[in-house]
Amino acid sequence: MAERATHVQKGNCDTPVAKKDAIEVEGTVVEPLPNTMFAVELENGHRVLAHISGKLRMNFIRILPGDRVRVELSPYDLTRGRITYRLK
Amino acid sequence: MVTRKSRQEIDQMRRAGRIVAEVLALVESELEPGVSTGYLDRVAEKYIRSQGAVPSFKGYHGYPASLCISIDDEVVHGIPGERIIREGQLVSIDAGAIYQGWHGDGARTFVVGGVRPDVTELVETTRVALMAGIAAAVPGARIGDIGAAVEGAATRNGARFGIVRQYVGHGIGTAMHEEPQVPNFGLPNRGMQLVPGICLAIEPMLTLGSHEVETRPDGWTVVTRDGSLAAHFEHTIAVTERGPEILTTV
Repeated sequence: MAERATHVQKGNCDTPVAKKDAIEVEGTVVEPLPNTMFAVELENGHRVLAHISGKLRMNFIRILPGDRVRVELSPYDLTRGRITYRLK
Repeated sequence: MVTRKSRQEIDQMRRAGRIVAEVLALVESELEPGVSTGYLDRVAEKYIRSQGAVPSFKGYHGYPASLCISIDDEVVHGIPGERIIREGQLVSIDAGAIYQGWHGDGARTFVVGGVRPDVTELVETTRVALMAGIAAAVPGARIGDIGAAVEGAATRNGARFGIVRQYVGHGIGTAMHEEPQVPNFGLPNRGMQLVPGICLAIEPMLTLGSHEVETRPDGWTVVTRDGSLAAHFEHTIAVTERGPEILTTV
């Protein structure tokens, strides 16, 4: 007797990646790193490793050293973040 | 959880598998135009019980019979009843037995009388696809290799049979459906690795049309959405050091 297949959902494009409990902070890009990662110095002096959010990537927002950016930090790992906005 | 069966346990499963194979042979001998699907079910149940085994389908999630008899566009899980078998039909019969706690599960598709050549080819390809899947179930191979082998056989020589994806083969042992699931499609070298002692029911379901299926309002009968004919072959096998061994055989 055949078993009904249980499907493993492979991510839903409609769900934004942003998490409710992320911490939003602002900082300055200090160094571009491989794999479109950046070292960002936060206003409180911490340095975090941040990647570009999919929305910025889709809209080809270039991030350069010296740019002021808004970064979302995960409460679980405060050394990593996502760049969600490039401030003017 | 995936369980590995000892040699003694595989011997037990071979007995259950043998009963399943005998049931299918018995039903084949009774299968002719004019008999009802319910009659075939009664013959099967009587034989299973005469061997000291229990029909595993009966009562499974409320399933009411000992066989699944799926005709023409029915893929699997057709419920036997008053229906009369007619000349030219494509009849898939699936049987399961529990012997001393161990399960056997097997299925074959029969052609009643003469049918179109493309239907014969569908049936033969499904059978060959099952054999290809079994041949791929060697120690060290992966679940994906089985699916890829079945898929390869189903699409060989430019054939375009639909491969049902919504229903899959399964691990088998002290329960009819154990982990892992065994899809009839896949990528080589992906999925769980096979080791001796793993027992699986491999069961390709092919159609003459699309792979899409739906369930009839009876809650069981799975039919092709486009109404195309479907064939289904299944064996319970054990992965051993010497390679795959078919358990549902006489």
